[in-house]
Amino acid sequence: MANEVCFRNMDQDRPWLLEQYRSRGGYEVLTRILREKTPPESIINEVKASGLRGRGGAGFPTGLKWSFIARNAPGQKYVVCNSDEGEPGTFKDRDVLRYNPHQLIEGMVIAGYAIGATRGYNYIRGEFWEPYERFEAALEEARAAGFLGRDLMGSGFDFELHSHLGAGAYICGEETALLESIEGKKGQPRYKPPFPAHFGLYGQPTIINNTESLASIPVIMEKGGQWFKELGVENSGGSKLFSISGNIKNPGVFEIPLGTPFAELLEMAGGMKNGSKIKAVIPGGSSAPIIPGEQMMQLTMDYDAIAKAGSMLGSGAVIVLDDRNCMVKVLERMSYFYYEESCGQCTPCREGTGWLYRVVHRIETGHGRPEDLALLDDMTTKIAGRTICALGDAAAMPVQGMLKHFREEFEYHITHKRCLVS
Amino acid sequence: MGFKNVPMSVAKPSVNKESLFSPELRAEIDKWIAKYPQEWRQSAVMAALMLVQEENGGYLTTDLMDKVAAYLDMAPIAVYEVASFYSMYELKPVGKHKICVCTNVSCMINGSDQIVEYLEKKLGAKLGQSSADGRYTLKEVECLGACGGAPMFQIGNKYYENLTPELIDSILAGLE
Repeated sequence: MANEVCFRNMDQDRPWLLEQYRSRGGYEVLTRILREKTPPESIINEVKASGLRGRGGAGFPTGLKWSFIARNAPGQKYVVCNSDEGEPGTFKDRDVLRYNPHQLIEGMVIAGYAIGATRGYNYIRGEFWEPYERFEAALEEARAAGFLGRDLMGSGFDFELHSHLGAGAYICGEETALLESIEGKKGQPRYKPPFPAHFGLYGQPTIINNTESLASIPVIMEKGGQWFKELGVENSGGSKLFSISGNIKNPGVFEIPLGTPFAELLEMAGGMKNGSKIKAVIPGGSSAPIIPGEQMMQLTMDYDAIAKAGSMLGSGAVIVLDDRNCMVKVLERMSYFYYEESCGQCTPCREGTGWLYRVVHRIETGHGRPEDLALLDDMTTKIAGRTICALGDAAAMPVQGMLKHFREEFEYHITHKRCLVS
Repeated sequence: MGFKNVPMSVAKPSVNKESLFSPELRAEIDKWIAKYPQEWRQSAVMAALMLVQEENGGYLTTDLMDKVAAYLDMAPIAVYEVASFYSMYELKPVGKHKICVCTNVSCMINGSDQIVEYLEKKLGAKLGQSSADGRYTLKEVECLGACGGAPMFQIGNKYYENLTPELIDSILAGLE
């Protein structure tokens, strides 16, 4: 059972067109909600019942997030979609924007109705020009057809939606950095509390959800929260988009039920490239600690199973590495990423990510010192949990994972000044 | 503790906004301004900087950033902060075509090192440099969210995936 939710239209010829979307019942749920004036609470309850958890990486229950908004409080409220897809290994929201933009729009309007928001923004990373153009074209179609604008279908409910383009900053995927960015500032995360539900965009109550999460809403409302929940497993309702890449034959995005064995996902992606042997898997984007291949082959793709193995499902970005890869080099590249992308606001992250990178770099280039691994262990505990946002943790976790599972490769590098693998 | 969230104000909003940019460019910027609440003109700063950068051949100058500040009633320093924070803004001249090569993990394990090496040799420029004829700038970038097509790069608004030396030759030959 694949392609039930965000990819349910992938068999169509040009699924991004309104006419194609409507041919499969698109916008009917929204129309029904507006016509019947469905109580907003019941929509939030349906989303809660679905077990949908934030698909951007944090996995926070979407319905619960929506219920934090005081929907009857006066003043402007906002729905913001996080399409700032940037977690290394993740490329699923790009496909939602390119191939199913109307389902995202419909989901955002329903979200607006549920929380009493009349304006929305979709924050799309600046490099995503093709997805942005697709989304813009869909907005125009939706506006012309009366699914966006004033007094939608005579219901008295208004909803206007715009795109905002980023300009290259991983940190803007952090929800409060994203809000700062829409406000025309550097994308530096805010202190929390207050959370966006109380003090969000322009200081107003705001919900921010990932692209895939919001695009799942119309299907949840059409088929019911229970139906969605039963697609998946305990604590992991629904199906999910997995971006799988690395040393595999057919990388790509696959929608599969949560709880599907990893081995099945790997098979869908054609298995290992050139018959090579699987060495390790990063199961949820580069911030997720690495898992040895043998262990991974026994796991299922759901929040609990991956957490129990000491990692996280994150954004569902699966990077598969074969046995020709040097783990020191892989970690060096990942550590450089966090060093490059730290916003510079908190000292442990700004300074610590540079330290991590420089120490891993010197191990990789044959200048490692015997005490370096203990130094890395120590540094990660001085970064993780000591910063305003999770980027510090995201930088520390891959280091911890690598040292846990592949410590001997690092030791070999330090002792022999060369690589164990190549 | 109370929270406030207001645009960073300037002492005196600039008058003569018409003189800052061409009518076409103003129309483009104004489209973005219209997306945001009236008092939040500064929300359009990212788009305005991108539009101005494009019109200026791919990079920003202090003079242009000052004009954006005046147009949006922002303090110049607030515009400099934005322009220097986000990686897609260039504060130095760049070649006609900026080649942004992803070298993050999925691309790296699919051979982005060789792609970079090939480009450096072909263009006679290292990462971060421009070719002698000013036609190309080679830039290393972080994950562009197209790992299924690794290795990949971006030129202008376009992604090119599953790169090989032969494909690179034909892509570059096909550019204006």
